[in-house]
Amino acid sequence: MTMQGAADRQRPWTFYALAAFFALFVLFLYGPMIVIYVLSFQGPNGGLTFPLNGVSLHWFDALIKQERTGDIAGAFRRSIGLAGLVTVLTVLLSVMAGLAFRRRFMGSGLVFYMAVASLIMPGLFVSLGIGLVFQMLDLPTSWYGSAAGAQLTWTLPYGLLIMFAVLGRFDRSYEEAASDLGATNWQRLRHVTLPIVAPGIIGVALFGFTLSYDEFPRTVLTSGSSNTLPLEIWAMTTDVTSPALFAVGTVTTVISFIVIGIALSSIMLIERRRLRRAGTGENVG
Amino acid sequence: MASDKRSGEIELVSVTKRFGETVAVDAVSLHIPQGAYCCLLGPSGCGKTTILRMIAGHETPSEGDIRIGGESVVGQPPLRRGTAMMFQAYALFPHLSVLDNVAFSLKMRGIDRAKRHRQAHELLAKVRLDQFADRLPAQLSGGQQQRVALARALITNPRVLLLDEPLSALDEYLRLRMRGELRRMQKQLGITFVHVTHTQLEAIAVADMLVVMDHGRIEQAASPSTIYNTPRTPYVARFIGGQNVLSGKVESVADGMVTVRDAGGTRLTAPIGSTRLAPGSQLYLSIRRDQIAVAKAAGNPAGAGEVNSVRGKVHSIEYQGSYVKVTIDLAQSEEFVANVSDVDFLRATVEIGDDVLARWSATDARLLEGVDKAGERKGYADTGLM
Repeated sequence: MTMQGAADRQRPWTFYALAAFFALFVLFLYGPMIVIYVLSFQGPNGGLTFPLNGVSLHWFDALIKQERTGDIAGAFRRSIGLAGLVTVLTVLLSVMAGLAFRRRFMGSGLVFYMAVASLIMPGLFVSLGIGLVFQMLDLPTSWYGSAAGAQLTWTLPYGLLIMFAVLGRFDRSYEEAASDLGATNWQRLRHVTLPIVAPGIIGVALFGFTLSYDEFPRTVLTSGSSNTLPLEIWAMTTDVTSPALFAVGTVTTVISFIVIGIALSSIMLIERRRLRRAGTGENVG
Repeated sequence: MASDKRSGEIELVSVTKRFGETVAVDAVSLHIPQGAYCCLLGPSGCGKTTILRMIAGHETPSEGDIRIGGESVVGQPPLRRGTAMMFQAYALFPHLSVLDNVAFSLKMRGIDRAKRHRQAHELLAKVRLDQFADRLPAQLSGGQQQRVALARALITNPRVLLLDEPLSALDEYLRLRMRGELRRMQKQLGITFVHVTHTQLEAIAVADMLVVMDHGRIEQAASPSTIYNTPRTPYVARFIGGQNVLSGKVESVADGMVTVRDAGGTRLTAPIGSTRLAPGSQLYLSIRRDQIAVAKAAGNPAGAGEVNSVRGKVHSIEYQGSYVKVTIDLAQSEEFVANVSDVDFLRATVEIGDDVLARWSATDARLLEGVDKAGERKGYADTGLM
């Protein structure tokens, strides 16, 4: 304890300078969001700024009833549906591509760079291009079609890069051991490879979901006539001038936290189940 | 030859394995009898692991044939070959309990849960790990993990067990214990073991048959005692350790003995077999370190010019318990080591810097074949057997 105290007193001035800088950063990051969360509980007669004119859930209610707001509930449903669809496709394709890229094949370098290059393409132009092509081909744009495709150009490279990192640490001798013990290729994938890299796959899913859920530029010109949530919120900022806008922010943040919570707890559940299975050693044998 | 599903006899017929431009295994032919404990020994990159992996079916030979029990197995999956492999770091499945690891092969064959768990328990009991059946591999010590890997491999009821550096992940104490355990297990099961190692002591301690490899080729394949007592080439003598390698030019051959004169003018003699030797040709001899006597040169009546004795300064003296390792700097060649028994050493003690004579009997010198391609690999000699 006394040694700790001595160390505290001897900290150089740079420590305090950097600590202050970090505090500013945190304030800048979370301060505005906290303001929005607080203001979303504004009383029925309150406005867009402080002071709070009473505390109520009035604006959440307004959100649900869609008085003076757009189709928030519908946009939310579409966003969740789209994020779900993109997540499933991202996981499927990146896991398969990740496994395929473990072996060099003809043109593997080219395919990889082409897949990753879309990370540096401006999202708005990806959206514009896809929108234009659909128009030229006289195909209808929709959130579940063209928008899902546009978002995959963004989520797939991420998913692929995560799978590279996950599979890079994966020891191939597990697979050789499985083959050695008579597993077919499919059994090996199902019983050995996938369970071992499962936490990484959940990471890919989480990334896919959150990238899709709040994606604006790649969706804006491809989602057709119905808005996703980010598009709806953007529209609201121009014509809704009530704290209902803030209520949307609070609700979407809560949803994001729930999704992250589900992902993290499923990883923890996998770990715990393994440990629990391992812990009860007495009843068998 | 008739094929036999239970015979673990292995035959490699001029097997070559190339990885791109590199030749990892170069036209190797080898016969391992059923029920043998065979060690493949050599420095890293000598091709020993590649041979093991080709027998297991994890690599395909570029040329040549591999037969187990008289039947060619090239292209067959591991289980059909009747081989099982123990991997270097064991490769126990981290997400499965010890019991499920051992039962894995049975699960893949669709054997029901109760039956496969019963069999797995039986095998775990055999390696005395039944009480850990429900642990995860990460919760076991290295030695316990190794036994789980052994049980998992044996549940396939193999006729050949392939072990890739099975002891390298263990500490010194466990290594000694487990190698005895492996040897005992192999005798009890009566199946063929092929064990890859780069440690000479380990190989000599467990093997019936030792295969010394270098650069994708077999230098010598024989019993450990044959290799230790009569190494075939300078490389084997150096790698297996416990030997001094000397060289010189043939001077004369008479009465079944060859006389060689080394660079410093010392005459060395050795018995010859049926080999024909041309006068003037370069020849290598090995002498076991424990067959050499060391005495102070000063006041020694015989002195220089004596046959089969070399003169030099004592470079270092290491007490090893039952013997003393005396390293002597020779003017004309590399370091020369004599392992003197502690009794002899105390009777006629020498000290660092002393001018000494090291002598041996002509019948203890062995003629080596081939050229010395391992001059720069002097380091091997010291890692080997004393």
